[in-house]
Amino acid sequence: MKLTKAQYDEIAQFLGHVQPTRQSLRKLKEKFPSQSQSTLLSIFSQEYQKQIKRTHAKHHTAEAIETYYQRYLNGVMKNAAAPVLLELANEVDFAPSLMARIVLERFLQEKEAAIPSKTLINSMLRDPSQIPDGVLANQVYQPISAIGHEHEVLLREMLLEKNLSFIAEDQLRAKGYDKTPDFILEVPVAVEGHVIHWIESKASFGDESSHQAYLQDQFWSYWNRFGPGLVIYWYGFIEELDCHRERGILLKDCFPTDIVTLRHSTAQR
Amino acid sequence: MAAVLELLLQEEVPVSAVVRWLRHGPGHRPAEENHIHDKLLPLSLLQKDFVPFLLNFLREQTSQILTNGPSTPAKTPNSKAHRNQRTGPERRAGHATSSRVQLFSQRTSLTTCTTDTSFSPAAASSSSSSFSGSSLSSPCGDFPSMVSSSSSGFGYSPVLNHSERRSSQKASLGSFLTAMPEALPARRGRRRGSSSVSASGRQVARDLGRSLAEEEDGKSDSVSWSGGRRKRSEVPLVSTSSPPSQLNLNNLEEFPPMGAASGWTNKSKPSRRINPTPVSAERPLSKPKMCFTSTPVSQSPASWFSSGSSTEAFTAGQEGNLTSLLSSSLQEEREMLKKERCKLLHQASSPSGVSLDPGTPTKPSYARSASLPAESHPVTWANPANVSFKKQLECLAQLYSSCIAENLVPNIFLELFFVLQLLTSKGTSVTEDGDSDLEVNEGSRDASGRQHFQSVHNCVYFAVQVLDYQYEIISHLEKGTLKLLAENERIAAFSPTLHNRLRQAYESSTAKVSLLLPCSVQSVSFQPETDNRSNFPSDRAFHIFKKQRDIFYELLREWEDDHEKTGWDFERVLGNKIRAMMAHLSATCNHSHFARLFQKQLIQMCKGPIGGGASWGDTPDQDVLNMLGSDNLSRLKRLQERFVVSQSIRGPCPPPSFPGCQQFFRDFILSAGSYQFNQYLMDSLCLKIVELDGLSLVEHEHSDGEAAMGEQDEKKRFSVVLLSLRLLAKFLGFLVFLPYRTVEQPTRDLQESAVALRNQTLPVLDVLKLLRKSIQDQRSILTIPWIVEYLSLVDHIAPFLDYYRKVFCLLLQVYRLMVLSEDKEMSFLNKLLILAVLGWLFQVPSVPEELFFTTDVRKEGWMMGTVTSAQALDSVPLVDQQLLYTCCPYLGELRKLLASFVAGSAAKNGGFIRKITPTAAESLAPKASVTQQKLQVELEQAFFHNQPPSLRRTVEFVAERVGSNCVKHIKATLVAELVQRAEVMLQNKVKEESANYDKLLEEVCTQLYEEGTQALIKGKEFCKKKGPEAVRVLLPEETSAAVLSSAEDIAVELATEKACGWLSANITALIKREVKATFNRMLKVPGLALPSEDALELRRDCPPGCQHCAPFPSQVINEIKDVLCVAVGPRDESEVIDHFWLECLLGRLSQTLRCRKFMCPTSEQQLAKCTVELASLLVSDRVPLSLRVKSPKSSSERLHVKYNPTYGLLKLLLSVWKEDFGTPVPVHLMFSRKNIAYLAEVKQQEWDLFLFMLHGLAEFQLMKTSEIQSCLRSLEDLPWPSDFLKELKMLSSIFLSEHLNRSPRTDPCELTRQSPDAVTA
Repeated sequence: MKLTKAQYDEIAQFLGHVQPTRQSLRKLKEKFPSQSQSTLLSIFSQEYQKQIKRTHAKHHTAEAIETYYQRYLNGVMKNAAAPVLLELANEVDFAPSLMARIVLERFLQEKEAAIPSKTLINSMLRDPSQIPDGVLANQVYQPISAIGHEHEVLLREMLLEKNLSFIAEDQLRAKGYDKTPDFILEVPVAVEGHVIHWIESKASFGDESSHQAYLQDQFWSYWNRFGPGLVIYWYGFIEELDCHRERGILLKDCFPTDIVTLRHSTAQR
Repeated sequence: MAAVLELLLQEEVPVSAVVRWLRHGPGHRPAEENHIHDKLLPLSLLQKDFVPFLLNFLREQTSQILTNGPSTPAKTPNSKAHRNQRTGPERRAGHATSSRVQLFSQRTSLTTCTTDTSFSPAAASSSSSSFSGSSLSSPCGDFPSMVSSSSSGFGYSPVLNHSERRSSQKASLGSFLTAMPEALPARRGRRRGSSSVSASGRQVARDLGRSLAEEEDGKSDSVSWSGGRRKRSEVPLVSTSSPPSQLNLNNLEEFPPMGAASGWTNKSKPSRRINPTPVSAERPLSKPKMCFTSTPVSQSPASWFSSGSSTEAFTAGQEGNLTSLLSSSLQEEREMLKKERCKLLHQASSPSGVSLDPGTPTKPSYARSASLPAESHPVTWANPANVSFKKQLECLAQLYSSCIAENLVPNIFLELFFVLQLLTSKGTSVTEDGDSDLEVNEGSRDASGRQHFQSVHNCVYFAVQVLDYQYEIISHLEKGTLKLLAENERIAAFSPTLHNRLRQAYESSTAKVSLLLPCSVQSVSFQPETDNRSNFPSDRAFHIFKKQRDIFYELLREWEDDHEKTGWDFERVLGNKIRAMMAHLSATCNHSHFARLFQKQLIQMCKGPIGGGASWGDTPDQDVLNMLGSDNLSRLKRLQERFVVSQSIRGPCPPPSFPGCQQFFRDFILSAGSYQFNQYLMDSLCLKIVELDGLSLVEHEHSDGEAAMGEQDEKKRFSVVLLSLRLLAKFLGFLVFLPYRTVEQPTRDLQESAVALRNQTLPVLDVLKLLRKSIQDQRSILTIPWIVEYLSLVDHIAPFLDYYRKVFCLLLQVYRLMVLSEDKEMSFLNKLLILAVLGWLFQVPSVPEELFFTTDVRKEGWMMGTVTSAQALDSVPLVDQQLLYTCCPYLGELRKLLASFVAGSAAKNGGFIRKITPTAAESLAPKASVTQQKLQVELEQAFFHNQPPSLRRTVEFVAERVGSNCVKHIKATLVAELVQRAEVMLQNKVKEESANYDKLLEEVCTQLYEEGTQALIKGKEFCKKKGPEAVRVLLPEETSAAVLSSAEDIAVELATEKACGWLSANITALIKREVKATFNRMLKVPGLALPSEDALELRRDCPPGCQHCAPFPSQVINEIKDVLCVAVGPRDESEVIDHFWLECLLGRLSQTLRCRKFMCPTSEQQLAKCTVELASLLVSDRVPLSLRVKSPKSSSERLHVKYNPTYGLLKLLLSVWKEDFGTPVPVHLMFSRKNIAYLAEVKQQEWDLFLFMLHGLAEFQLMKTSEIQSCLRSLEDLPWPSDFLKELKMLSSIFLSEHLNRSPRTDPCELTRQSPDAVTA
């Protein structure tokens, strides 16, 4: 679903004033009934992530870390089963998982007397039994990787159905490509009059900041290597962002229907 | 000189005698033998100087009448009489270069500066190189002879002089100068500029280069108006007539090129890229001019050069002070220009922008010319009846034509341009203002001093005569030009026969030059063979290059977007980014990679004529328009606009420039300022040039049928290769001569010492050798055009080096000997192209002027191959008008002059020949004795010798490809298999010992190496199978069996050798690399890192007949998380989880897990963790379940599960864990401190649920009893409240006793019947 910049701004503004809770999501859906649910959810979680990023530094000052750690210790002392981290995170408007990380880091630092490695922290965080309390919080998270994977699978299905032969990311990586889109078309096709060589699937909403970041980190890099391509934002995007068509980055919110293929005399069909 | 002409004009000597005299240089043979006319004999020493004299004479004679287009001075040296110095026939006016040398804007100013000081004050306007031709050129005209005397011997080209001279009427003769109203103020200003500037110093090294860059970017265009004007050599007419002219004919404003008629049109013309041209700014300064008074000839060189010392300072200031000085007026002017251009465009292009009729490009110009009479001078009607001096004119025309035909003039197209100028001259200034002229003329006694060209009629008569002589060349011009000539009324009036011939030529001409699509920026594709990790020494280098590539394209995009915006400055915006990038490249030694990318991108973007900056072209073909589609129409329109606007006539000799996208690459090199990068780039360019230059492009044995097809392909390939070569050579020349580039012509002393120094070094690319070889092999049509591009960028010293002197000599020889005519050795258009590019080269500013006329053409280097070699190109008609005009866009000036209207341009978007990367080959063949091997090789050579070369190429090609494919095949099959096995082995081992990964890797690989040797066997098999297939397909059906089988065998052998050679050398490394990569991937993927035994089971498939319609994992994850959130987090009072709904959810979970299609490891792991969490919350009764009223049946079932619906849910979970998950479920998390803590809070009764769960885990074999036991035991170590600890211990014992007492249950639900209460009771 494509949103205009104005529509998106309205939603973003609404989200700026609420806590990232399920309740807020419900309200959001009530307020913007005409938008698709999945789009709203996607925007919702992205906005929340942005907020986290904005305040990230604030929560990582030595002072803040110390405060959180002490509060956590006190809380756990009182009641081992209480969702201390969660409450703490909610109170200071921070992601519980990140709060858990802060506390864990601090904890390990004390124990090991050294800065713990990222790998260790990550492995511990991945195994929730290690984390003293509820990482599964009230926050609305999308299982990003799962969704991403599903849409890639869906896209693959559609490509197969359309008889478009492609090379998938894992194959490309195996060949030593340094940057790889989800799919490279072995034979380029034209979508809405634009030739494309690759397709990238994004199971999120294309808002300005994420799109800019993607352009910088991925889409232009793909263009630099493989030429023009197509990005599908399955949860929609701000339509004003689709401004690089001429140059070779096409945005869609669904699998394109207007596909023209190269017709060789030997083509099968 | 004059004497010879005198003899001719007095009819004492026939033209043929003069031509004969000219053709035979002095000292060649005794004059008598050649029947040299007696009267010419005593003059033989002057012979060398006669042609320049003649050319100058014609220019002088016609200077007043020519108002159309830029002047066409030839780069002719002065007559000896005026030389003060050894080499000095030519006056290279410093500023003259400015117009020609767009490459060197600063030099322009410099030279102006130097010249200025030596004579009259220069105009302010001139100090900025960006001024229009008129302002720029005016000062030069005033001191031509001075210039000549002082500058002789240095590479300066007197670009403007001629025109100026023309405008100043024989001013050049040095006897006196008539003041030009426009010129004077200009001079004064320049002086001012120079002095004001000299104070301000500035950093130079980069600026110097930068100036090179700037010249074209904005300022250049304006400069280019006057491009092509250059001062001509001194003429001994000094004392004759120099009628004062009140008009500056060079002032484009007053005397705009044809079609641009009046001042306003002129102003409207500057292209948008032109930096403000202070057209009006100079006007207020106009005053009656005062001519310079010094006698230039007597001016000492010393004074001339002494003034040059302030060069740098001047340059610097020139940018700063002057621009600021002018900026305000410039702004206004820019606005004016915009408006005018707008106006013009409305007139010029039809509204749609598409409907421009390709056939009638003159239409819009009609619109303009229609307004001419009203605006200024009416075009004089030329009348054959009014021609005077007919006889003399005929003589001159014949003589002149002979000089052209014999290649005695330095640039035949320059002469043609001049002739067309005469043909199209308006002559108004003369007829109206020329009275004084006539008077002077009458006063002169000599025939050669008489004004033979005083009227338009005479000019046209002469021009038509010459055109008649040059018909053959003309008839080879492109169709549009022919049309204009055929339609030319004056030709029709003066020579009906020529008119008819031209019409016929036009009608039969197929030489249509069309506009092709401009190419937009495209990237160079990533090729794993050259770009993947294995091509880099380290990960870091690889990753840095990855970034560099992206940065490079980012810069390119930024440039593309912004470079045409006003005020955008390459260095300022991109300079630091580029240098940062260079620093990274240096740090990781990635220059070679980047140089390759850079070069490829350069070719991709610039090989077409758009990038090559064709300023000329036809209106687009309809099919091109169709191809464009509506989306691109606006783009096309913009493009056209650009060409329409910038189409002011620049003359046929523009200086070398970097138009279009080439700008980016040049500026990049300059901003980067990286020695390493330049070196790598030069290496890379040299390699590519040599490679392309050596390509065999033609097939000489077409059978009749395929000939046409083959020729077409050949032409196409040839032109692609030629254009690429020219582009690469230009950049190579740029890089090679960059360090030596000076803003200013060095003094003689400096030159001598520099020559001495540089004579010791070897050239980067041995162009002389390549040139000689190309001549020998008859491939000059490919080689000369690129060598010309390369040489066009020489610095001032290089042409004087021994080495380059030889190169120039040889080129000159080629030029002289390449008389245009159809012959077997070389097709006409091939020759025409060579002559055009060479003629252009001889006019390039840094090419010394004396070169053409003073160099003795020695025969030594000329060794034309006698036998046509297999790769000879010269005899093949490869050049067509499209290619000719693409390579020499300045030829379009002829047409512009005739039509003064052009829209669009030509572009070419050809594909590039793909280079096959050879697989490194090491001989693998069983070592036979050396003699045997040698014999085999000889036999092989012999076999090929008598076969068509295509056979050899086919075999080599097949061998190359099959060998390469073989390696790929082995990689994809054998190696992939081995890697897969390695993966399994590694997975097992990793679990066993978390020890040393490197050692582990080594171990596994060693086991595989053995198997790797299989590669050779398989490789041989592959080649043996595939080679013959391919050879058979590619060779003609009719190939005899024996030949075929030999060819097959050789192909197989070569392929095998290549493939196996590579494999044997690299297979172990390859296996290791691949295994390592896989292993690293394995470690990175979460969950796969430490896979369990049933890791393989993970990859199971959907159940048979699965419709893949189960809910998506993400959806189920979301829903379960929602439940968890409700259970854990803050919730509304009313918020409960419906029991039945939860049951359904678990059902859906089961479905989702069964369908594997959308499942990925992370999703599954997440589901596993979530469900364990859910189970923990359920057993501790933390989930607020609501029981809906159920149907009797379901409620009875529920009763069965001991009243508590949670049992059912837990049972479902257990079954899903057991049956549906493909990944191990971390059920041990149930015993985590956190989860047990939930339990610690619950009431007694809920232990039932926990116990139920424990039994379930055991029953479903999700955990072993012992595992559960140890988990429970370890829980006891935690600091629990004592009560809880007690209960925990009790629970443990209950579980154990129950479990041991009972045999495994079939129905785990029965477990629930025994509650802890019962046991303890």
